[in-house]
Amino acid sequence: MRPADILRFARDAAAGYPLRTTLSVLAMAIGVAAVVLLTALGDGARRYVVGQFSSLGTNLVIVLPGRTGTGGFNPATAITSTPRDLTIADAQALLRAPAVRRVGPLAVGTSEISAGGRLREVMVAGANRDFFAIRNFELAQGEALPDDDWQRAAPVAVIGAKVQEELFGREPALGRLVRVGDRRLRVIGILRPTGQGLGMNTDELVVVPVALAQAMFNSNTLRILVEARSREAIPAASAQVLELLKQRHRGEEDVTVITQDAVLATFDKLLGALTLAVAGIAAISLAVAGILVMNVMLVAVTQRTGEIGLLKALGAPARTIRLAFLTEAAMLSASGALVGYGLGEAGAFALRQLFPVFPAYPPDWAVIAGLLTALSTGLLFGFLPARRAARLDPVQALMKH
Amino acid sequence: MALIELAGIERRFQLGDTTVKALAGIDLTIDAGEYVAVMGPSGSGKSTLLNLLGLLDRPDIGHYRLEGRDVTTLSADEQAKVRSTRIGFVFQSFHLVPRLTAAENIALPMMLAGIAPAERARRVATALKDFGLDQRADHKPDQLSGGQRQRVAIARATIMQPPLILADEPTGNLDRHTGEDVVNLLEALNARGVTLIIVTHDPGMGERARRRLVMEDGRLQSDSAGAPC
Repeated sequence: MRPADILRFARDAAAGYPLRTTLSVLAMAIGVAAVVLLTALGDGARRYVVGQFSSLGTNLVIVLPGRTGTGGFNPATAITSTPRDLTIADAQALLRAPAVRRVGPLAVGTSEISAGGRLREVMVAGANRDFFAIRNFELAQGEALPDDDWQRAAPVAVIGAKVQEELFGREPALGRLVRVGDRRLRVIGILRPTGQGLGMNTDELVVVPVALAQAMFNSNTLRILVEARSREAIPAASAQVLELLKQRHRGEEDVTVITQDAVLATFDKLLGALTLAVAGIAAISLAVAGILVMNVMLVAVTQRTGEIGLLKALGAPARTIRLAFLTEAAMLSASGALVGYGLGEAGAFALRQLFPVFPAYPPDWAVIAGLLTALSTGLLFGFLPARRAARLDPVQALMKH
Repeated sequence: MALIELAGIERRFQLGDTTVKALAGIDLTIDAGEYVAVMGPSGSGKSTLLNLLGLLDRPDIGHYRLEGRDVTTLSADEQAKVRSTRIGFVFQSFHLVPRLTAAENIALPMMLAGIAPAERARRVATALKDFGLDQRADHKPDQLSGGQRQRVAIARATIMQPPLILADEPTGNLDRHTGEDVVNLLEALNARGVTLIIVTHDPGMGERARRRLVMEDGRLQSDSAGAPC
């Protein structure tokens, strides 16, 4: 029998029982769609988190005061020392490290901001000019904090887009005076709106010089963001930062240095594993669909016993009959797989429309694995019915009509 | 020339504890171009004989030579090849594939044999015309009358131009008039040189055959060949 004829024969046979064919195609489609959609979700979550971390800035090393940030609680630290503060002088000292490009000190607190009789609660970040570059803050209007002595508390502020809108509406805000806490500050810049991100929401942020923030909140301690010269320089930068601060703190290693890379890699690994697990669960539905295809094909062999007998009487060798039924099973699973792929992609598309920040794209490996699993289970489970059909005794088969 | 030679054929079936001999020691020679009716009561072994002649079944003992070649020792696939090219079947219940049209049913043996589509279309067109089915080419079997269905089945049986046609009660599901048409068709084929073997209950049909075999309990009880007509 010619291959084209086998294909046509199998197609007609499948089309001859529309309900049964539709159901088994649907089962396979749901299985594949589940794999595509769930891995799109899992991988989307991974990309979302990775993307958010990247938006914190590149080649970032974060220095936190105290030794308890990572590595668990050590009883010795509880007894022996209260962590020394990280000071502006510490931050400035870090600029001497050769692997460090920029240093951004950060002091955070909440306060009230008011202007023209309107008042709201805001998060206030004390920083410097480099901090804007490190965190990829972009300005819609005006400019960033002045690049002068970090110890100088200039009475200026850069405000977030939402703060600007709520305090000033459509009026120009640049150059206006606002009251933050008990100080009067001049607005020198407005941040570009970015929406909700990991960490700070910059739309509702007010950035002031770091010395001013420390004075406002009456606190001496800082977090320090350090940008390494390159991705490769991150380990060197973190080692140098640690060594410098140890020297400045009389040999005591009382800071925690987190590299963004390490955090990122952990999340990446974690969410990658999650995606894989989800794909595995979805693959179970593919196996179920494969069994359903087998069931359908077994029923088909029983229903078409007379036809199989006839084919044998007309001179079809066992191989042809096996091939015809196997082709039919393969067609059912293949069309199911394609429909499922379409459904999955459509679902992922709908997700992306509903949540534009969430990059719900199915990863290539999942799509290929899903389609291949669908096809191979279809063939695997199609084999048994096909063999049964080929082995039917023609005399017995012809009698059943 | 002898088309079919059966020597010492036995076919046994196991029914529970007892062994039933459906065929017991059949010796039979049928020449090319003969017109043979196989008759006898139900269970006399005539269907088993026909299945055996059509290579759908194998004898337990004995030899079957078709066109001088021992076909009992052939493998299943080789037998399928012989069925495809040398033997045409006509069944009592037609055995048409319900989802295929009349033309597709007729073309089925050629499709299985791997004949090119153009050649298939040409031969099917000729067959449809010969059997008066040209208006019915695209009809499914359930849109055809019983007589038309059997004509499709006969067209299918002859499309590979086999030298041997085996018909199992070909008129069993037809009324007298359409049955008569079908028998005429088969006899016309025989007149063109095709060997025709019909299993039938109908004595009237048996009378029309040039040679009658009567079977009983798996044996040939009488053979009109050699007997004075």
